[in-house]
Amino acid sequence: MAKTLFEKIWDKHVVKSIPGGPDVLYIDKHFIHEVTSPQAFAGLEKRRLPLFRPQQIVATADHNVPTINQHLPIRDQLSKHQVDQLIENCKKFGLELYGLGHPFQGIVHVIGPELGITQPGMTIVCGDSHTSTHGAFGSIAFGIGTSEVEMVFASQCLLQMKPKRMRINVEGELNKGVVSKDIILYIISLISASGATGYFVEYAGSAIRSLSMEARMTVCNMSIEMGARGGMIAPDETTFEYLKGRPFAPQGEEWEKKVAQWKELYSDADAVIDKEITINAADIEPMITYGTNPGLGMAINSLIPATETLPEGERKNIIKALQYMGLEEGKPLKGMRVQNVFIGSCTNSRIEDLRLVADMVKGKKKNEHVKVMIVPGSQQVAAQAKAEGLNQIFEEAGFEVRQAGCSACLGMNEDKVPAGEYCISTSNRNFEGRQGAGARTLLASPLTAAAAAITGVVTDVREFLS
Amino acid sequence: MQPLKTVHSTFVPLPLENVDTDQIIPARFLKATTREGFGKNLFRDWRYENDNDQQPKKDFVLNNPLYSGEILVAGKNFGCGSSREHAAWSILDYGFKVVVSSFFADIFKNNALNNGVLPVKVSDAFLQKIFEQNNQSTLTINLDAQTITIDATGDQETFDINNYKKTCLLNGYDDIDFLLSIRKDIEAFEAANL
Repeated sequence: MAKTLFEKIWDKHVVKSIPGGPDVLYIDKHFIHEVTSPQAFAGLEKRRLPLFRPQQIVATADHNVPTINQHLPIRDQLSKHQVDQLIENCKKFGLELYGLGHPFQGIVHVIGPELGITQPGMTIVCGDSHTSTHGAFGSIAFGIGTSEVEMVFASQCLLQMKPKRMRINVEGELNKGVVSKDIILYIISLISASGATGYFVEYAGSAIRSLSMEARMTVCNMSIEMGARGGMIAPDETTFEYLKGRPFAPQGEEWEKKVAQWKELYSDADAVIDKEITINAADIEPMITYGTNPGLGMAINSLIPATETLPEGERKNIIKALQYMGLEEGKPLKGMRVQNVFIGSCTNSRIEDLRLVADMVKGKKKNEHVKVMIVPGSQQVAAQAKAEGLNQIFEEAGFEVRQAGCSACLGMNEDKVPAGEYCISTSNRNFEGRQGAGARTLLASPLTAAAAAITGVVTDVREFLS
Repeated sequence: MQPLKTVHSTFVPLPLENVDTDQIIPARFLKATTREGFGKNLFRDWRYENDNDQQPKKDFVLNNPLYSGEILVAGKNFGCGSSREHAAWSILDYGFKVVVSSFFADIFKNNALNNGVLPVKVSDAFLQKIFEQNNQSTLTINLDAQTITIDATGDQETFDINNYKKTCLLNGYDDIDFLLSIRKDIEAFEAANL
C-alpha cells in the first residue's frame, strides 16, 4: 500500500494499537531540559520506577540559563534551583548531561541535529513544542507535556492518536532577500495559527529541496505555530551530507547501511494526503508579523490589514492584538522605529543564520538607538562563530554577543525586552508578553533583523541590499 | 488522577480566540519543580496590573465576582503555543475541571486529559449560545453520555473523545499504568526492531 513519509515512520514504531483509541508509539530519542522534566522525574520517583531506556535520553539546560557569565553561579535563585534539579536528577538516574560548561550545551533543538543525534526515520520527542525542528531530517518529532515525558521515562512509549496528513509544496525559486524564515512566516500567515491543527505536515517542492539543512530546520521549527503536531521533510543528499561525520552519526559500514534505509523515506507518489497546499515561491516576500500570534504576518511593504470586513470573532482578536502592539490598521510597519533586535532562538541561532547576519553587517555600525543581542544556539555554534571571525564583526557593529541559550525568546531567563518596546526578533512567537511582560515582538528573518539593527527602523532588506 | 464523570456548574466566559499558553501561564512562572500552586498565576498578565497580585484588573473575568464555576468557556484555538503542561496544571489548580471551546490546540488537549481536565469541543454556534447566557446559567457535562447541556435552554451537543481516554478519565487511570502493563510488548518490539 502506498504510504506517506510520515506513515512509513509511524507504522514502523507502533508497538500496539488500541481499537478506537490511540497507538502505542515507540520513541527512539527523548530530549529533556530543565523546565519540563523535574515533575516527570518526581513522578517516576513517587512510583519507584527506574528510567526504562536511559541511553535514549539526551539532557541539556537551555531555557533558564543566563547568556552572560555562564561560568558564575546563576543569580536568579529559582532558575538556579531548576537547573540544579536537572543536574541532580541526571546524576541520580544515571544520565549524561550537556549542562552549562559542557562543550555540547545549547538549545535542545540546535544540539540534537549538530551532534548527529537527530537522524532520518526516528521518532523524537521533547517537552518543548519546537521539537518539530528535528523533522527537517525526515523524522517524526513533536513536543509533549510533562506527563508524557514521564511516560517516555517509564516505558519509552507514548499513547498517540495518528494525526491527519497535510502536504505543503513550495515550488520555484525564492526572491532575493527571502530566506527560509520568510517561507514559514508566509505559510502561517496564509493558513493561520490554527490552520494545521490535527495535522502532521510534510514540506515538499523544489524551493524546499533547495534549502540547506539549517534552513529546513527553521521551516520545520515553526510548524507548531500553525497548530501542526509536527512538520517534516524527506531526507535527501543534503541531509546525508549534513549528518556525515557528526559525533553521533553512524560510522563506516553502519553509515552505508543507514543511508540505504534512509533513501526509502519519501512519500509514495500515490499516497493519500488529507490536505495539500501548493505555494509559488515567487509570491513570497520578506515577511514581518504585526499581531500577537505568528499567523498575523505580512510582506514587509504591506499595510497592516483593515479589520472591518473580518468575521466578528477574528476582528475582535485583531483589534485586541493591535492595541497591545500599539499599531493601527491600514498603516505600514516599514520605517517604524524599533528599540531592540534579537537574533537567536531555536528558530534562527545556527551558524548559517549568524553568517547571514555577519555578511550583512560587516563593516557597518548598528543604529545608536537600538539594542542588539545576538545569541548563538549552542556552545559549538558560539565556538565556530568565533573561529570564523563573526564575533568580531558583530562586536565592531556594536552588537552584544551572548552565550548559548534560549535567551530573549521566551521571557523566562534574564534576557527580556522592556515593556512597551518593540523588538524585531528571529524567534518563533509574538504572543503578548512572550519576550517579557508588555514587550512587543515583530517576528522576522535574520536578514530583516540585521537590516533593522543597522537602520534602527523596520526595513525592507531588498532595498538595503541594493 | 481524580475520576471525572459529570460536572454541573456555572461557568467563567473568556470570549477570546487563540488564547495561548503564554497567557495561561507566562514563562517566568515555570521555574517551579512541583505541579502545585500554579492556579494563583493563571492568566497572570491579564489578571493583574504591573505584575502585582494586589492590583487586580477589574475588567478581567477572573476578577469579576459575578462569575465563578468549575467550567472555563473560551474562544477557538484555546491553548495554542508551547507544550508547557503548567498551563493545564494552572487551570486545574485554579479549580476548573472542564474547558469548553470550539477548537483546542493538540498539545494542550493531551496535557489537559493527562491531568483529568476535560476539553469539550463544541460547534461555533453552540459556543456562541453559551456566551449569550447570564452569570447564573449552568452547564452540565456528562462524560459517559458525551453530552454538554445549557441547563436553562435545554440546548445540547455531543462531543468527541476517544474511548481509551474516556475510560481513563471516568476511572482516574493514567497512561503510565497502561504502558507499564504492556512492558512485555514493548520489549518484544525492541527485540524485533532495534
